[in-house]
Amino acid sequence: MKFTGKAIKYGDNVDTDVIIPARYLNTIDKKELASHCMEDIDKTFKDKVEAGDIMVAGNNFGCGSSREHAPIAIKESGISLVIARNFARIFYRNAINIGLAIVECDEAVDGISEGDKVEADLDNGVIYNRTTGKRFQTQPFPPFIQKIIANGGLVESIKNGEIV
Amino acid sequence: MSMTMTQKILAAHAGLDKVEAGQLILVSVDRVLGNDITSPVAIREFERIGAKEVYDKEKVTMVMDHFAPNKDIKAATQCKMCRDFCEKHEVTNFFDVGRMGIEHALLPEKGLVVAGDVVIGADSHTCTYGALGAFSTGVGSTDMACGMATGKAWFKVPSAIKFVLKGKLSKFVSGKDLILHIIGKIGVDGALYKSMEFVGEGVASLTVYDRLTVANMAIEAGAKNGIFEVDEQTEAYIKARTDRPFVSYKADEDAVYDETYEIDLSAITPTVAFPHLPENTRTFDEIGEVPIDQVVIGSCTNGHYKDLAEAAEIFKGRKIAKRVRAIVIPATQDIYLQAVENGLVKIFIEAGCVVSTPTCGPCLGGYMGILAKGERAVATTNRNFVGRMGHVESEVYLASPAVAAASAIAGKIASPWEVVK
Repeated sequence: MKFTGKAIKYGDNVDTDVIIPARYLNTIDKKELASHCMEDIDKTFKDKVEAGDIMVAGNNFGCGSSREHAPIAIKESGISLVIARNFARIFYRNAINIGLAIVECDEAVDGISEGDKVEADLDNGVIYNRTTGKRFQTQPFPPFIQKIIANGGLVESIKNGEIV
Repeated sequence: MSMTMTQKILAAHAGLDKVEAGQLILVSVDRVLGNDITSPVAIREFERIGAKEVYDKEKVTMVMDHFAPNKDIKAATQCKMCRDFCEKHEVTNFFDVGRMGIEHALLPEKGLVVAGDVVIGADSHTCTYGALGAFSTGVGSTDMACGMATGKAWFKVPSAIKFVLKGKLSKFVSGKDLILHIIGKIGVDGALYKSMEFVGEGVASLTVYDRLTVANMAIEAGAKNGIFEVDEQTEAYIKARTDRPFVSYKADEDAVYDETYEIDLSAITPTVAFPHLPENTRTFDEIGEVPIDQVVIGSCTNGHYKDLAEAAEIFKGRKIAKRVRAIVIPATQDIYLQAVENGLVKIFIEAGCVVSTPTCGPCLGGYMGILAKGERAVATTNRNFVGRMGHVESEVYLASPAVAAASAIAGKIASPWEVVK
Protein backbone atom coordinates (compact mmCIF):
# COMPACT_ATOMS: atom_id res chain seq x y z
CA MET A 1 0.00 0.00 0.00
CA LYS A 2 1.48 3.33 -1.11
CA PHE A 3 0.53 6.85 -0.05
CA THR A 4 1.57 10.33 -1.18
CA GLY A 5 0.36 13.67 0.16
CA LYS A 6 1.18 16.74 2.18
CA ALA A 7 1.45 16.48 5.95
CA ILE A 8 -1.14 18.02 8.26
CA LYS A 9 0.29 17.97 11.75
CA TYR A 10 -1.20 17.89 15.29
CA GLY A 11 0.10 17.30 18.82
CA ASP A 12 -0.51 14.73 21.57
CA ASN A 13 -3.85 13.36 22.83
CA VAL A 14 -5.98 14.42 19.85
CA ASP A 15 -9.31 13.11 21.16
CA THR A 16 -12.37 11.90 19.27
CA ASP A 17 -14.40 14.84 20.61
CA VAL A 18 -12.24 17.24 18.60
CA ILE A 19 -11.96 14.90 15.60
CA ILE A 20 -15.76 14.87 15.36
CA PRO A 21 -17.69 16.73 18.09
CA ALA A 22 -20.62 14.81 19.59
CA ARG A 23 -23.08 17.49 18.52
CA TYR A 24 -22.69 16.12 14.98
CA LEU A 25 -23.25 12.48 15.93
CA ASN A 26 -26.92 12.68 15.11
CA THR A 27 -26.07 11.53 11.60
CA ILE A 28 -24.21 8.62 10.01
CA ASP A 29 -23.81 10.44 6.68
CA LYS A 30 -20.09 10.18 5.86
CA LYS A 31 -19.88 13.45 3.89
CA GLU A 32 -21.65 15.41 6.60
CA LEU A 33 -19.33 13.95 9.26
CA ALA A 34 -16.28 14.81 7.13
CA SER A 35 -17.49 18.41 6.79
CA HIS A 36 -17.01 18.86 10.57
CA CYS A 37 -13.77 16.88 10.89
CA MET A 38 -11.20 18.49 13.27
CA GLU A 39 -13.49 21.52 13.60
CA ASP A 40 -12.92 22.08 17.34
CA ILE A 41 -9.13 21.89 17.12
CA ASP A 42 -8.43 23.33 13.65
CA LYS A 43 -11.00 25.40 11.81
CA THR A 44 -8.71 25.54 8.74
CA PHE A 45 -8.58 21.75 8.30
CA LYS A 46 -11.49 21.38 5.92
CA ASP A 47 -10.11 24.05 3.60
CA LYS A 48 -6.55 22.81 3.52
CA VAL A 49 -7.14 19.04 3.31
CA GLU A 50 -6.75 17.48 -0.14
CA ALA A 51 -7.30 13.89 -1.24
CA GLY A 52 -4.30 11.78 -0.28
CA ASP A 53 -3.01 14.02 2.52
CA ILE A 54 -1.25 12.43 5.47
CA MET A 55 -2.13 13.31 9.07
CA VAL A 56 0.79 13.30 11.51
CA ALA A 57 0.30 13.44 15.29
CA GLY A 58 1.89 12.65 18.64
CA ASN A 59 0.93 10.28 21.45
CA ASN A 60 -2.46 8.67 22.11
CA PHE A 61 -4.13 9.81 18.87
CA GLY A 62 -7.90 9.21 18.91
CA CYS A 63 -8.30 8.91 22.67
CA GLY A 64 -11.73 9.10 24.24
CA SER A 65 -14.98 7.88 22.78
CA SER A 66 -15.40 4.71 20.72
CA ARG A 67 -17.20 6.63 17.97
CA GLU A 68 -16.27 5.11 14.62
CA HIS A 69 -17.51 8.41 13.21
CA ALA A 70 -13.98 9.71 14.01
CA PRO A 71 -11.94 7.52 11.62
CA ILE A 72 -14.83 7.69 9.14
CA ALA A 73 -14.70 11.52 9.15
CA ILE A 74 -10.91 11.50 8.72
CA LYS A 75 -11.02 8.98 5.88
CA GLU A 76 -13.93 10.67 4.12
CA SER A 77 -12.21 14.07 4.34
CA GLY A 78 -9.49 12.69 2.06
CA ILE A 79 -6.76 11.73 4.54
CA SER A 80 -5.08 8.57 3.22
CA LEU A 81 -2.84 7.72 6.17
CA VAL A 82 -2.40 8.72 9.82
CA ILE A 83 1.12 8.56 11.28
CA ALA A 84 1.35 8.92 15.07
CA ARG A 85 3.66 7.97 17.92
CA ASN A 86 0.86 5.71 19.13
CA PHE A 87 -2.92 5.43 18.95
CA ALA A 88 -5.66 5.05 21.54
CA ARG A 89 -6.67 1.42 21.25
CA ILE A 90 -10.32 1.77 20.17
CA PHE A 91 -9.35 4.26 17.46
CA TYR A 92 -6.59 1.86 16.37
CA ARG A 93 -8.99 -1.06 15.85
CA ASN A 94 -11.69 1.15 14.34
CA ALA A 95 -9.24 2.48 11.75
CA ILE A 96 -8.17 -1.03 10.80
CA ASN A 97 -11.77 -2.27 10.77
CA ILE A 98 -12.91 0.47 8.35
CA GLY A 99 -9.77 0.39 6.22
CA LEU A 100 -8.17 3.72 7.23
CA ALA A 101 -4.41 3.19 7.04
CA ILE A 102 -2.52 4.05 10.23
CA VAL A 103 1.06 3.57 11.30
CA GLU A 104 3.13 4.19 14.45
CA CYS A 105 6.56 5.82 13.94
CA ASP A 106 8.29 8.18 16.43
CA GLU A 107 11.05 9.16 13.99
CA ALA A 108 8.60 10.12 11.24
CA VAL A 109 6.56 12.21 13.69
CA ASP A 110 9.74 14.05 14.72
CA GLY A 111 10.99 14.36 11.15
CA ILE A 112 7.86 15.65 9.39
CA SER A 113 6.59 19.24 9.58
CA GLU A 114 3.26 20.75 8.59
CA GLY A 115 3.03 20.99 4.80
CA ASP A 116 5.91 18.60 4.00
CA LYS A 117 5.40 16.29 1.01
CA VAL A 118 5.39 12.75 2.36
CA GLU A 119 5.44 9.31 0.73
CA ALA A 120 4.78 6.05 2.56
CA ASP A 121 4.99 2.45 1.46
CA LEU A 122 3.50 0.28 4.18
CA ASP A 123 4.40 -2.98 2.42
CA ASN A 124 8.04 -2.41 3.29
CA GLY A 125 7.40 0.02 6.18
CA VAL A 126 9.23 2.97 4.60
CA ILE A 127 8.14 6.57 5.13
CA TYR A 128 9.96 9.21 3.03
CA ASN A 129 9.86 12.97 3.57
CA ARG A 130 10.26 14.33 0.04
CA THR A 131 10.65 17.90 1.33
CA THR A 132 13.65 17.15 3.56
CA GLY A 133 14.92 13.97 1.92
CA LYS A 134 14.72 12.03 5.22
CA ARG A 135 13.72 8.37 5.29
CA PHE A 136 12.11 6.51 8.22
CA GLN A 137 11.53 2.81 8.84
CA THR A 138 8.48 1.39 10.69
CA GLN A 139 7.37 -2.04 11.84
CA PRO A 140 4.87 -3.70 9.50
CA PHE A 141 1.52 -4.83 10.96
CA PRO A 142 1.18 -8.45 12.11
CA PRO A 143 -0.16 -10.77 9.35
CA PHE A 144 -3.64 -11.06 10.99
CA ILE A 145 -4.14 -7.29 10.75
CA GLN A 146 -2.54 -7.08 7.30
CA LYS A 147 -5.14 -9.58 6.14
CA ILE A 148 -8.01 -7.39 7.41
CA ILE A 149 -6.51 -4.32 5.70
CA ALA A 150 -5.85 -6.24 2.47
CA ASN A 151 -9.48 -7.36 2.44
CA GLY A 152 -10.58 -3.73 2.77
CA GLY A 153 -11.82 -3.93 6.36
CA LEU A 154 -13.44 -6.31 8.84
CA VAL A 155 -16.80 -6.53 7.06
CA GLU A 156 -15.09 -7.63 3.84
CA SER A 157 -12.94 -10.10 5.76
CA ILE A 158 -16.04 -11.73 7.20
CA LYS A 159 -17.76 -11.74 3.80
CA ASN A 160 -14.68 -13.43 2.37
CA GLY A 161 -14.88 -16.02 5.15
CA GLU A 162 -11.35 -15.14 6.25
CA ILE A 163 -12.01 -14.16 9.85
CA VAL A 164 -14.82 -16.23 11.31
CA MET B 1 3.22 -19.45 31.47
CA SER B 2 1.05 -17.81 34.11
CA MET B 3 -1.86 -15.50 33.26
CA THR B 4 -3.55 -12.35 34.56
CA MET B 5 -7.30 -12.26 35.34
CA THR B 6 -7.99 -10.72 31.96
CA GLN B 7 -5.86 -13.24 30.08
CA LYS B 8 -7.69 -16.14 31.78
CA ILE B 9 -11.09 -14.85 30.69
CA LEU B 10 -9.86 -14.26 27.14
CA ALA B 11 -8.25 -17.72 26.94
CA ALA B 12 -11.47 -19.38 28.12
CA HIS B 13 -13.47 -17.52 25.46
CA ALA B 14 -10.96 -18.30 22.72
CA GLY B 15 -11.05 -22.02 23.54
CA LEU B 16 -7.35 -21.95 24.48
CA ASP B 17 -5.55 -23.26 27.57
CA LYS B 18 -3.11 -20.39 27.55
CA VAL B 19 -2.70 -17.00 25.95
CA GLU B 20 0.10 -14.49 26.24
CA ALA B 21 0.40 -10.74 25.84
CA GLY B 22 0.60 -9.68 22.20
CA GLN B 23 -1.13 -12.79 20.83
CA LEU B 24 -3.98 -12.11 18.36
CA ILE B 25 -7.03 -14.22 19.15
CA LEU B 26 -10.65 -14.60 18.13
CA VAL B 27 -13.04 -14.80 21.11
CA SER B 28 -16.71 -15.64 21.61
CA VAL B 29 -18.60 -12.79 23.21
CA ASP B 30 -21.36 -13.07 25.83
CA ARG B 31 -22.91 -9.71 25.02
CA VAL B 32 -22.74 -7.17 22.18
CA LEU B 33 -23.88 -3.69 23.17
CA GLY B 34 -24.64 -0.52 21.27
CA ASN B 35 -26.37 2.81 21.86
CA ASP B 36 -28.39 5.23 19.75
CA ILE B 37 -25.23 6.88 18.33
CA THR B 38 -23.05 3.88 17.57
CA SER B 39 -25.73 1.32 16.65
CA PRO B 40 -26.92 3.09 13.46
CA VAL B 41 -23.41 2.81 11.96
CA ALA B 42 -23.28 -0.82 13.13
CA ILE B 43 -26.67 -1.57 11.55
CA ARG B 44 -25.41 -0.16 8.23
CA GLU B 45 -22.33 -2.43 8.43
CA PHE B 46 -24.41 -5.43 9.60
CA GLU B 47 -26.51 -5.06 6.47
CA ARG B 48 -23.37 -4.79 4.35
CA ILE B 49 -22.16 -8.12 5.77
CA GLY B 50 -25.38 -9.60 4.43
CA ALA B 51 -26.20 -11.45 7.68
CA LYS B 52 -29.79 -12.64 7.79
CA GLU B 53 -30.11 -12.65 11.56
CA VAL B 54 -28.29 -11.67 14.74
CA TYR B 55 -26.20 -14.41 16.34
CA ASP B 56 -28.24 -14.35 19.55
CA LYS B 57 -31.47 -12.43 20.16
CA GLU B 58 -30.84 -12.18 23.90
CA LYS B 59 -27.16 -11.29 23.78
CA VAL B 60 -27.44 -8.41 21.33
CA THR B 61 -28.33 -5.38 23.44
CA MET B 62 -29.23 -1.82 22.46
CA VAL B 63 -29.85 1.09 24.80
CA MET B 64 -31.24 4.43 23.65
CA ASP B 65 -29.45 6.75 26.04
CA HIS B 66 -27.12 9.27 24.39
CA PHE B 67 -29.51 11.62 22.61
CA ALA B 68 -32.68 10.05 24.06
CA PRO B 69 -35.34 11.12 24.82
CA ASN B 70 -34.80 12.30 21.25
CA LYS B 71 -33.06 15.67 21.23
CA ASP B 72 -33.93 16.53 17.63
CA ILE B 73 -35.29 15.06 14.42
CA LYS B 74 -31.99 13.49 13.39
CA ALA B 75 -31.62 11.83 16.82
CA ALA B 76 -35.22 10.61 16.54
CA THR B 77 -34.39 9.08 13.16
CA GLN B 78 -31.37 7.28 14.60
CA CYS B 79 -33.39 5.86 17.52
CA LYS B 80 -36.09 4.76 15.07
CA MET B 81 -33.44 2.95 13.00
CA CYS B 82 -32.37 1.03 16.14
CA ARG B 83 -35.96 0.32 17.18
CA ASP B 84 -36.88 -0.99 13.72
CA PHE B 85 -33.77 -3.18 13.61
CA CYS B 86 -34.49 -4.68 17.05
CA GLU B 87 -38.11 -5.35 16.11
CA LYS B 88 -37.11 -7.01 12.85
CA HIS B 89 -34.46 -9.18 14.50
CA GLU B 90 -36.52 -9.84 17.66
CA VAL B 91 -33.78 -8.43 19.90
CA THR B 92 -35.12 -8.93 23.43
CA ASN B 93 -32.75 -6.55 25.23
CA PHE B 94 -33.75 -3.34 23.50
CA PHE B 95 -34.13 -0.53 26.02
CA ASP B 96 -36.11 2.47 24.87
CA VAL B 97 -37.28 5.59 26.71
CA GLY B 98 -39.18 4.57 29.84
CA ARG B 99 -37.26 1.31 30.22
CA MET B 100 -33.82 2.58 29.45
CA GLY B 101 -31.10 4.02 31.61
CA ILE B 102 -27.53 4.99 30.90
CA GLU B 103 -26.22 1.75 29.41
CA HIS B 104 -23.34 1.03 31.81
CA ALA B 105 -25.52 1.55 34.87
CA LEU B 106 -28.43 -0.34 33.29
CA LEU B 107 -26.71 -3.58 32.24
CA PRO B 108 -25.29 -4.43 35.70
CA GLU B 109 -28.60 -3.42 37.33
CA LYS B 110 -30.59 -5.74 35.03
CA GLY B 111 -28.20 -8.64 35.68
CA LEU B 112 -27.08 -8.70 32.05
CA VAL B 113 -23.38 -8.99 32.90
CA VAL B 114 -21.79 -11.50 35.28
CA ALA B 115 -18.25 -12.34 36.36
CA GLY B 116 -16.22 -14.16 33.74
CA ASP B 117 -18.20 -12.74 30.79
CA VAL B 118 -16.69 -11.20 27.69
CA VAL B 119 -18.66 -8.11 26.72
CA ILE B 120 -17.99 -5.82 23.77
CA GLY B 121 -19.82 -2.55 23.44
CA ALA B 122 -19.75 0.21 20.88
CA ASP B 123 -19.15 2.71 23.64
CA SER B 124 -15.79 3.39 25.22
CA HIS B 125 -17.11 3.12 28.78
CA THR B 126 -18.08 -0.52 28.25
CA CYS B 127 -15.02 -1.22 30.43
CA THR B 128 -17.31 -0.52 33.44
CA TYR B 129 -18.30 -4.20 33.87
CA GLY B 130 -14.80 -5.11 34.98
CA ALA B 131 -16.12 -4.06 38.39
CA LEU B 132 -18.06 -7.35 38.37
CA GLY B 133 -15.07 -9.45 37.28
CA ALA B 134 -15.98 -9.50 33.58
CA PHE B 135 -13.71 -8.67 30.65
CA SER B 136 -15.50 -5.83 28.94
CA THR B 137 -14.18 -3.31 26.51
CA GLY B 138 -15.22 -0.57 24.15
CA VAL B 139 -15.08 -1.24 20.42
CA GLY B 140 -16.33 0.52 17.31
CA SER B 141 -19.48 0.10 15.30
CA THR B 142 -17.89 -2.29 12.78
CA ASP B 143 -16.82 -4.57 15.64
CA MET B 144 -20.37 -4.33 16.97
CA ALA B 145 -21.78 -5.24 13.55
CA CYS B 146 -19.47 -8.23 13.19
CA GLY B 147 -20.21 -9.21 16.80
CA MET B 148 -23.97 -9.09 16.11
CA ALA B 149 -23.49 -11.24 13.01
CA THR B 150 -20.98 -13.78 14.30
CA GLY B 151 -20.78 -13.57 18.10
CA LYS B 152 -17.04 -13.12 17.77
CA ALA B 153 -14.44 -10.37 18.13
CA TRP B 154 -10.68 -10.19 17.50
CA PHE B 155 -8.34 -9.07 20.24
CA LYS B 156 -4.67 -8.59 20.88
CA VAL B 157 -4.11 -10.12 24.33
CA PRO B 158 -3.15 -7.25 26.65
CA SER B 159 -0.40 -7.10 29.24
CA ALA B 160 -1.44 -5.54 32.53
CA ILE B 161 -0.75 -3.11 35.32
CA LYS B 162 -1.57 -4.27 38.85
CA PHE B 163 -3.05 -1.95 41.47
CA VAL B 164 -2.82 -3.35 44.98
CA LEU B 165 -5.30 -1.51 47.17
CA LYS B 166 -5.01 -1.32 50.93
CA GLY B 167 -6.81 0.59 53.67
CA LYS B 168 -10.17 2.30 53.40
CA LEU B 169 -11.47 5.52 51.82
CA SER B 170 -12.21 8.43 54.17
CA LYS B 171 -15.53 10.23 54.58
CA PHE B 172 -16.52 12.19 51.42
CA VAL B 173 -13.93 10.30 49.36
CA SER B 174 -15.23 7.84 46.78
CA GLY B 175 -14.27 5.62 43.87
CA LYS B 176 -14.22 8.74 41.68
CA ASP B 177 -11.44 10.31 43.72
CA LEU B 178 -9.53 7.03 43.59
CA ILE B 179 -9.67 6.70 39.80
CA LEU B 180 -8.89 10.41 39.26
CA HIS B 181 -5.92 9.98 41.60
CA ILE B 182 -4.72 6.99 39.56
CA ILE B 183 -5.16 8.75 36.19
CA GLY B 184 -3.33 11.77 37.60
CA LYS B 185 -0.49 9.46 38.54
CA ILE B 186 -0.16 7.36 35.36
CA GLY B 187 -1.56 9.76 32.73
CA VAL B 188 -4.22 9.48 30.02
CA ASP B 189 -2.01 7.05 28.11
CA GLY B 190 -0.53 5.41 31.21
CA ALA B 191 -2.30 2.10 30.56
CA LEU B 192 -2.46 2.29 26.77
CA TYR B 193 -3.51 -1.09 25.25
CA LYS B 194 -3.23 -2.67 28.74
CA SER B 195 -5.45 -4.10 31.46
CA MET B 196 -5.74 -2.41 34.84
CA GLU B 197 -6.23 -5.13 37.46
CA PHE B 198 -7.38 -4.16 40.95
CA VAL B 199 -6.62 -6.49 43.84
CA GLY B 200 -5.70 -6.39 47.53
CA GLU B 201 -7.42 -6.19 50.89
CA GLY B 202 -8.60 -2.64 50.16
CA VAL B 203 -10.98 -3.88 47.46
CA ALA B 204 -13.37 -5.20 50.12
CA SER B 205 -13.84 -1.69 51.52
CA LEU B 206 -15.06 -0.38 48.14
CA THR B 207 -18.75 -0.80 47.36
CA VAL B 208 -19.66 -2.39 44.02
CA TYR B 209 -20.72 1.12 42.92
CA ASP B 210 -17.31 2.59 43.74
CA ARG B 211 -15.75 -0.24 41.73
CA LEU B 212 -18.10 0.46 38.79
CA THR B 213 -16.89 4.08 38.82
CA VAL B 214 -13.23 3.04 38.92
CA ALA B 215 -13.54 0.46 36.12
CA ASN B 216 -15.67 2.91 34.09
CA MET B 217 -12.77 5.35 33.84
CA ALA B 218 -10.05 2.80 33.02
CA ILE B 219 -10.45 4.00 29.41
CA GLU B 220 -9.42 7.49 30.53
CA ALA B 221 -5.98 6.05 31.27
CA GLY B 222 -6.03 4.48 27.80
CA ALA B 223 -6.67 0.98 29.19
CA LYS B 224 -8.30 -1.83 27.27
CA ASN B 225 -10.13 -2.89 30.41
CA GLY B 226 -10.21 -2.44 34.16
CA ILE B 227 -11.06 -5.44 36.30
CA PHE B 228 -11.60 -6.21 39.98
CA GLU B 229 -11.14 -9.51 41.72
CA VAL B 230 -14.54 -10.99 42.60
CA ASP B 231 -15.46 -11.09 46.30
CA GLU B 232 -18.55 -11.67 48.45
CA GLN B 233 -19.94 -8.23 47.61
CA THR B 234 -19.67 -8.92 43.88
CA GLU B 235 -21.32 -12.31 44.29
CA ALA B 236 -24.18 -10.87 46.33
CA TYR B 237 -24.70 -8.10 43.75
CA ILE B 238 -24.84 -10.55 40.84
CA LYS B 239 -27.00 -13.17 42.61
CA ALA B 240 -29.58 -10.52 43.54
CA ARG B 241 -30.07 -9.80 39.82
CA THR B 242 -29.71 -13.00 37.83
CA ASP B 243 -29.62 -16.80 38.16
CA ARG B 244 -27.04 -17.07 35.41
CA PRO B 245 -23.98 -19.00 36.60
CA PHE B 246 -20.72 -17.05 36.70
CA VAL B 247 -17.02 -17.79 36.89
CA SER B 248 -14.62 -15.89 39.14
CA TYR B 249 -11.06 -15.69 37.84
CA LYS B 250 -8.01 -14.87 39.92
CA ALA B 251 -4.63 -14.06 38.40
CA ASP B 252 -1.95 -16.70 38.84
CA GLU B 253 0.34 -16.05 41.80
CA ASP B 254 3.27 -15.58 39.44
CA ALA B 255 1.39 -13.68 36.71
CA VAL B 256 3.63 -11.09 35.07
CA TYR B 257 2.63 -7.41 35.32
CA ASP B 258 4.30 -4.53 33.47
CA GLU B 259 4.04 -2.44 36.61
CA THR B 260 2.60 -2.72 40.12
CA TYR B 261 1.27 0.20 42.16
CA GLU B 262 0.37 0.03 45.84
CA ILE B 263 -2.35 2.44 46.75
CA ASP B 264 -3.31 3.37 50.29
CA LEU B 265 -7.00 4.27 50.07
CA SER B 266 -6.89 6.15 53.37
CA ALA B 267 -4.39 8.61 51.84
CA ILE B 268 -6.70 9.63 48.96
CA THR B 269 -8.38 13.03 49.34
CA PRO B 270 -11.08 14.69 47.21
CA THR B 271 -9.60 15.13 43.74
CA VAL B 272 -10.61 17.29 40.75
CA ALA B 273 -9.43 16.95 37.13
CA PHE B 274 -8.91 20.38 35.58
CA PRO B 275 -9.42 21.09 31.86
CA HIS B 276 -8.74 19.67 29.36
CA LEU B 277 -7.54 16.19 30.28
CA PRO B 278 -8.58 13.75 33.04
CA GLU B 279 -4.90 13.52 34.05
CA ASN B 280 -4.77 17.19 35.12
CA THR B 281 -5.72 16.31 38.66
CA ARG B 282 -5.45 18.53 41.70
CA THR B 283 -6.28 18.08 45.36
CA PHE B 284 -7.82 20.89 47.38
CA ASP B 285 -4.50 22.26 48.60
CA GLU B 286 -3.77 23.17 44.95
CA ILE B 287 -7.15 24.43 43.75
CA GLY B 288 -7.80 27.98 44.96
CA GLU B 289 -10.81 30.07 43.87
CA VAL B 290 -12.52 28.70 40.76
CA PRO B 291 -16.02 30.17 40.32
CA ILE B 292 -18.45 27.94 38.39
CA ASP B 293 -21.65 28.27 36.36
CA GLN B 294 -23.00 24.73 36.29
CA VAL B 295 -22.90 21.40 38.09
CA VAL B 296 -23.85 18.06 36.54
CA ILE B 297 -24.37 15.03 38.78
CA GLY B 298 -25.01 11.86 36.80
CA SER B 299 -23.55 9.86 33.86
CA CYS B 300 -22.41 6.26 33.51
CA THR B 301 -19.59 7.14 35.88
CA ASN B 302 -21.55 8.60 38.78
CA GLY B 303 -25.31 8.30 38.26
CA HIS B 304 -25.86 5.43 40.69
CA TYR B 305 -28.13 5.66 43.72
CA LYS B 306 -25.07 5.77 45.99
CA ASP B 307 -23.81 8.81 44.07
CA LEU B 308 -27.13 10.62 44.35
CA ALA B 309 -27.31 9.80 48.07
CA GLU B 310 -23.83 11.25 48.63
CA ALA B 311 -24.86 14.44 46.83
CA ALA B 312 -28.16 14.59 48.74
CA GLU B 313 -26.36 14.39 52.07
CA ILE B 314 -24.66 17.66 51.16
CA PHE B 315 -27.65 19.33 49.49
CA LYS B 316 -30.01 18.54 52.38
CA GLY B 317 -31.23 21.73 54.03
CA ARG B 318 -29.00 23.92 51.86
CA LYS B 319 -29.49 26.02 48.72
CA ILE B 320 -27.27 26.12 45.69
CA ALA B 321 -25.48 29.38 44.87
CA LYS B 322 -27.54 31.90 42.93
CA ARG B 323 -25.38 31.91 39.80
CA VAL B 324 -25.15 28.11 39.53
CA ARG B 325 -27.38 25.73 37.55
CA ALA B 326 -27.33 22.23 39.05
CA ILE B 327 -28.55 19.29 36.96
CA VAL B 328 -29.06 15.90 38.60
CA ILE B 329 -29.50 12.90 36.30
CA PRO B 330 -30.32 9.50 37.86
CA ALA B 331 -28.69 6.90 35.61
CA THR B 332 -31.66 4.52 35.37
CA GLN B 333 -35.41 4.47 35.91
CA ASP B 334 -34.99 2.24 39.00
CA ILE B 335 -32.50 4.67 40.51
CA TYR B 336 -34.85 7.55 39.70
CA LEU B 337 -37.76 5.77 41.40
CA GLN B 338 -35.66 4.98 44.46
CA ALA B 339 -34.56 8.61 44.59
CA VAL B 340 -38.22 9.69 44.51
CA GLU B 341 -39.34 7.17 47.12
CA ASN B 342 -36.51 7.95 49.53
CA GLY B 343 -36.96 11.71 49.33
CA LEU B 344 -33.76 12.48 47.43
CA VAL B 345 -35.58 14.22 44.59
CA LYS B 346 -37.33 16.47 47.13
CA ILE B 347 -33.93 17.39 48.62
CA PHE B 348 -32.53 18.18 45.15
CA ILE B 349 -35.48 20.32 44.13
CA GLU B 350 -35.60 22.18 47.43
CA ALA B 351 -31.89 22.92 47.06
CA GLY B 352 -32.56 24.44 43.63
CA CYS B 353 -31.43 21.59 41.36
CA VAL B 354 -33.31 20.23 38.35
CA VAL B 355 -33.78 16.47 38.12
CA SER B 356 -33.73 14.95 34.64
CA THR B 357 -34.86 11.68 33.14
CA PRO B 358 -31.92 9.28 32.54
CA THR B 359 -29.75 10.35 29.59
CA CYS B 360 -26.06 10.76 28.72
CA GLY B 361 -27.11 14.24 27.48
CA PRO B 362 -24.69 16.88 28.78
CA CYS B 363 -21.74 14.54 29.45
CA LEU B 364 -20.85 14.50 25.75
CA GLY B 365 -22.26 17.91 24.91
CA GLY B 366 -25.44 16.43 23.46
CA TYR B 367 -28.15 18.40 25.26
CA MET B 368 -29.68 19.02 28.73
CA GLY B 369 -26.99 21.37 29.97
CA ILE B 370 -24.72 22.70 27.21
CA LEU B 371 -22.16 25.31 28.24
CA ALA B 372 -21.74 28.75 26.62
CA LYS B 373 -18.40 30.31 25.75
CA GLY B 374 -16.32 30.89 28.87
CA GLU B 375 -18.59 28.90 31.22
CA ARG B 376 -17.29 26.40 33.74
CA ALA B 377 -18.92 23.22 35.00
CA VAL B 378 -18.07 20.81 37.78
CA ALA B 379 -19.29 17.44 36.56
CA THR B 380 -19.30 13.90 37.89
CA THR B 381 -18.81 12.75 34.29
CA ASN B 382 -15.69 11.20 32.79
CA ARG B 383 -14.14 13.52 30.20
CA ASN B 384 -13.12 17.16 30.19
CA PHE B 385 -11.77 17.44 26.65
CA VAL B 386 -12.00 20.70 24.68
CA GLY B 387 -15.65 21.34 23.82
CA ARG B 388 -16.85 18.18 25.57
CA MET B 389 -19.87 19.83 27.23
CA GLY B 390 -20.46 22.63 24.76
CA HIS B 391 -18.51 25.64 23.48
CA VAL B 392 -14.83 25.05 22.69
CA GLU B 393 -13.99 27.77 25.18
CA SER B 394 -16.03 26.25 28.01
CA GLU B 395 -14.42 24.20 30.77
CA VAL B 396 -15.28 20.95 32.55
CA TYR B 397 -13.85 20.01 35.94
CA LEU B 398 -14.29 16.33 36.81
CA ALA B 399 -15.12 15.45 40.40
CA SER B 400 -17.05 13.16 42.73
CA PRO B 401 -20.77 13.67 43.52
CA ALA B 402 -19.84 15.04 46.97
CA VAL B 403 -17.46 17.63 45.51
CA ALA B 404 -19.97 18.52 42.77
CA ALA B 405 -22.75 19.08 45.31
CA ALA B 406 -20.49 21.12 47.58
CA SER B 407 -19.39 23.19 44.59
CA ALA B 408 -23.00 23.90 43.58
CA ILE B 409 -23.64 25.28 47.06
CA ALA B 410 -20.42 27.27 47.28
CA GLY B 411 -20.65 28.63 43.70
CA LYS B 412 -17.03 27.63 43.20
CA ILE B 413 -15.07 24.41 43.27
CA ALA B 414 -15.38 23.33 46.88
CA SER B 415 -14.49 20.42 49.09
CA PRO B 416 -17.42 18.82 50.94
CA TRP B 417 -15.70 19.82 54.20
CA GLU B 418 -16.01 23.52 53.25
CA VAL B 419 -19.80 23.13 53.15
CA VAL B 420 -20.48 20.49 55.80
CA LYS B 421 -18.77 21.95 58.83
